[in-house]
Amino acid sequence: MAIKKMGWKELMPGDAISGGTAAEFETGDWRSEKPIFHKENCINCYFCWAYCPDSAILLDENKKVVGIDYKYCKGCGICDRECPTKKEKRAITMETERK
Amino acid sequence: MPRIARTGNEAMAEAMRQINPHVVAAYPITPATEIVMIFAGFVANGVVDTQFVAVESEHSAMSACVGAAAAGCRVMTGTSSQGLQLMSEILPIASALALPIVLCEVNRALSGPINIHCDHSDTMAVRDFGWIQIFAENAQEAYDSVLQAVVIAENMQVRLPAMVTTDGFIISHCMERVEALEDAEVKKYVGEFKAVNSVLDVGKPLTMGCLDLQDYYFEHKMPIVESMKKAKDVILEVGLDFGKQFGREYGLVENYKMDDAEIAMVAMGSTCGTARVVVDELRGKGVKAGLLKVRAFRPFPAEEIKQSLSKLKSVAIMDRSDMFKNQGGQVFTEIRSAMYGGANSPILTNYIYGLGGREISLDDIRKIFAEQKKNAESGEVSQLIQHFGVRI
Repeated sequence: MAIKKMGWKELMPGDAISGGTAAEFETGDWRSEKPIFHKENCINCYFCWAYCPDSAILLDENKKVVGIDYKYCKGCGICDRECPTKKEKRAITMETERK
Repeated sequence: MPRIARTGNEAMAEAMRQINPHVVAAYPITPATEIVMIFAGFVANGVVDTQFVAVESEHSAMSACVGAAAAGCRVMTGTSSQGLQLMSEILPIASALALPIVLCEVNRALSGPINIHCDHSDTMAVRDFGWIQIFAENAQEAYDSVLQAVVIAENMQVRLPAMVTTDGFIISHCMERVEALEDAEVKKYVGEFKAVNSVLDVGKPLTMGCLDLQDYYFEHKMPIVESMKKAKDVILEVGLDFGKQFGREYGLVENYKMDDAEIAMVAMGSTCGTARVVVDELRGKGVKAGLLKVRAFRPFPAEEIKQSLSKLKSVAIMDRSDMFKNQGGQVFTEIRSAMYGGANSPILTNYIYGLGGREISLDDIRKIFAEQKKNAESGEVSQLIQHFGVRI
């Protein structure tokens, strides 16, 4: 679909654009590793939510962690690294996308 | 109106104190060090409310200025020569983001060889970055122009960064009488800062300076083109208004005894003061000599210059830096281009002079005017471009 491009007089001054444009940029389509969320082990500390650089940790209406938004998760693994759960009861583990 | 004895640097620092900007980020460099050093003293003594950011380089200084201005602050800094060069990666970002930063620049030769004295090569090297450039002839003009630069840069039709320059040592370190404004007058004159964008406004989230490729980069350059056009009128309006309010009027150019002149000199900065003396001398002998001072180099006042010069017979265009392109210096190049297509054009000759602070004396200027007189009489150009005052 052809998008009509704005002329220079229609642009916001100062090379500015309104915020939130990262929502239109799906960073999840070139992931090589993906985090897997294990709900039963999650302690809801929000470390993964706070550290995620792409706001890809999903919370439910009660603000409990419920999973990963794979549309934006680029598989950096920061959530897995920061997750404080014990080795045998991990809330987040990483696996390879291409098997 | 208090009369004070100030060097160019002190006068600029005094203007900064009275403007009381939100943020100053700066790094010292000869001969501009004093401006920010004196200002840092004002900060330390609590006489201004400014947040002073002491940085590790001029690159960081201009980066911090851009950040602070993007956050919605009134921002100022000062530098010279190599410092301006180190800022140059960030300078075009300031204009693209429409940030009205005001920079006190002291003209100093670029290395190499290393030199600390005046020429215009540093300021000329950044002339095409979308910054307004105003050249001051003396400490008074430096003081007045810094105050005006804030008003010009922050004008909603303009919204561009501006640099006001003095000539290194010749103005920056020379003590002169300066008529300053009262603190309250300056406060009223510059007014409250009005931010257009603020990246820290959580109520209106926005992004500035995005990656901008083939589809939008070109469009994002156009506001600079438009603002520079409007800046010409705004500089004139602000200069006239300053005259009405405080008695000293300014323009884009200054015509000195140009009305009936047949020969003239075009110069910028401190050299104009020397040229005035020779013009007066020649007028006393009945020679119709004049001086055209270019005060604003960006935006370039092409029409005004054309109007001033078109009736003359021969004009010496003074350039305190060379472009190394075998076609003369920046001022000459611009004026030759401005005069193209006009019905009348005088003989234009270029004098590249004073590099690295080499003195330009009254005798030198007398000699240049004598050459113009000869050109005017013969109608021929003896030498189109010359490096004046260099030993062979």
